[in-house]
Amino acid sequence: MEGSTSHDFKANATRELANADLRAALSGSDRTFVAGRARVVANLPEFDALRDAAKAIKDHTLANLDHYLEVWERRAREAGGHVHWAKDTAEARAIVLALCKRAGARAVNKGKSMIAEECGINEMLEANGIRPVETDLGEYIIQIRHETPSHIIAPAIHLTKAQVEKSFRETHTGLDPARDLTEPRALLTEAREILRKKYFEAEVGITGANFLVAETGSSIIVTNEGNGDLSQLLPRIHIVLASLEKVVPTLEDASTILRVLARSATGQEFSTYTTLSTGPRRADDLDGPEEYHVVVLDNGRAAMLGGEFHEMLRCIRCGACMNHCPVYQAVGGHAYGWVYPGPMGAVLTPALIGIEHAAPLPNASTFCGRCEQVCPMRIPLPGMMRKWREREFDKGLTPRPARQGLKLWAAFATRPRLYRFVTGLAMGALARLAGRKGRLRRLPLAGGWTRYREFPAPEGRTFQAMWAEKRGRP
Amino acid sequence: MSAEVPDTAKSRAAILGAIRRGLGRDGAPTRAQREAPETRLATHPRNLQPARTAGADHGGLAHLFRHYAEAVQATVTEVADMASVPAAVADYLRRENLPARAVMAPDPALDAAPWAETGMLSIRRGKPTESDEVSVTSAFAGIAETGTLVMLSGKEHPSTLNFLPETHIVVLSADRVVGTYEDVWDRIRRKMGGAVPRLPRTVNLVTGPSRSGDIQQTLLLGAHGPRRLHIVLVG
Ligand code: SF4
Repeated sequence: MEGSTSHDFKANATRELANADLRAALSGSDRTFVAGRARVVANLPEFDALRDAAKAIKDHTLANLDHYLEVWERRAREAGGHVHWAKDTAEARAIVLALCKRAGARAVNKGKSMIAEECGINEMLEANGIRPVETDLGEYIIQIRHETPSHIIAPAIHLTKAQVEKSFRETHTGLDPARDLTEPRALLTEAREILRKKYFEAEVGITGANFLVAETGSSIIVTNEGNGDLSQLLPRIHIVLASLEKVVPTLEDASTILRVLARSATGQEFSTYTTLSTGPRRADDLDGPEEYHVVVLDNGRAAMLGGEFHEMLRCIRCGACMNHCPVYQAVGGHAYGWVYPGPMGAVLTPALIGIEHAAPLPNASTFCGRCEQVCPMRIPLPGMMRKWREREFDKGLTPRPARQGLKLWAAFATRPRLYRFVTGLAMGALARLAGRKGRLRRLPLAGGWTRYREFPAPEGRTFQAMWAEKRGRP
Repeated sequence: MSAEVPDTAKSRAAILGAIRRGLGRDGAPTRAQREAPETRLATHPRNLQPARTAGADHGGLAHLFRHYAEAVQATVTEVADMASVPAAVADYLRRENLPARAVMAPDPALDAAPWAETGMLSIRRGKPTESDEVSVTSAFAGIAETGTLVMLSGKEHPSTLNFLPETHIVVLSADRVVGTYEDVWDRIRRKMGGAVPRLPRTVNLVTGPSRSGDIQQTLLLGAHGPRRLHIVLVG
């Protein structure tokens, strides 16, 4: 798969484990996302029952997906919207490009959209002389750094404030070099002012969609900054990129899922802005886009229906699984090598780009089970990672050392004391390297995703010794 | 510059076909298969709703609304009637050291307030420009469950008023505060009428002022939308 390094998770992870900035940047996750989720969940006695309700809604929707998509499409058209269907990312890019060209667009404002990342919309626009402007603060930061998002809701979570400051100084060269940017507030104000001007320049605004509502033909975005709203209200044309599993039947159904979305994602009771968009501006409206287009992307999702990974289509992209994943927290999102990181990526990426391009990802797990515990849609992530591993194993895609590792795993499973001994040993090595002892201690089989294959050292060397040696040759 | 926008009918057929294969269907859903979804769409049944607002009367809902709105950094003033609104707005702007100048929604619901009499406020009606620092709008509803405001686009309420100025002042009558999101959908359905509800172009659910945690997970207010959200609760 072009642009993906998912096949090389091991090398990616090794590199990231040695990245001190990543350590510092991710160290706040426990305090913000994890503690925040725990707090709001404690404030809502119905939370677990709402998860069941949300799961049931998606199960029902997926079982009638063709019907709900057709109803949604009809109502979107009745409201004056345009619906375009894309089998794969190439078709999606062609549609977006044609719409932008027809609008004579020189600049496109973008609200945060993982589907845009999946389709490589920015690269395509740039190649055609159209300037994409990311307006979400995190997306803007990584755009000026020429990076990809490392988290599905917090794209720049891998960066420290100092790195952001450095990038702003290098990019915003027209500003006073002596200005004070030590406070995060100063960085935000600078970005706000720079992006403010750009909102008014773009002919097209592109956003994602958290939901498509069949009942009303609407799309919904959920954001905190307000950039997705300015991006769709100010330009003449609004293009929504949505994958086909985003549809829900009714406003009531969207509400139920919204109740678990923000709580699981950021630990907020509700996100700041939940916006329903239906068609273009009406005759007597004073603002809003004149054209409203939705590109519905399949790109391998329909093929997941009815199969082993069907349940992954319930995912609402909240990010809770990665916020609670010891592997993600140790190696960060870039190690996963493609658009979707963490446990959800470990299941979804092989389904979308092919297991042969992402074979190591389902191994990027300690099977601690926290992802499944927190997933608002009750997706059995560890179980599905196991299924991928079994498939790889059947296909012979698993590299030989990993096959030995699996046997080793089985051996450990029956000898808990040995297991504890070896994990304890490896834990220390990894924790020292990562400088994050507390978190890495939770890994049941340390380095399970990178190094466990070397445990049965025939020459009798210690794990640490081999680890140190391996580090010398990345 | 012009370009052919691709006709995607073929892809549509292929995608729907793939979905049907995945669902183990031969073709389009039969009448019997359509029944459950059609009923759900027509009756839009409510799922489980949190009990936190259940049984609250008007006063109780307004109280909960205020509690949850303040928990997300909105500020709230309560006044007895529309006549007191302009003074409350002027007061707020003074307290915050903001100019006594605002762009206001051309909304008849706001006409009941004696804006001119206050004399301290300079008000323009219409949609905002880049240089407007303060906007004043009404709200279609408040949702007690999470302190959420609901704004509908239309000739009386350009949606950019909710996002462009750094300070957004919202006049909300207390009798418009409902318990849950579902309560609002029913109100919108009633307002818009028709067998199939046609929503306004933009429905904004706003819960507190704009914020971002994108710089090393530090919560900052006023990312792109308003830095201040002030609610004047009337009645
Ligand atoms: S898999 Fe679950 S926890 Fe992870 S992003 Fe999807 S819905 Fe959220």
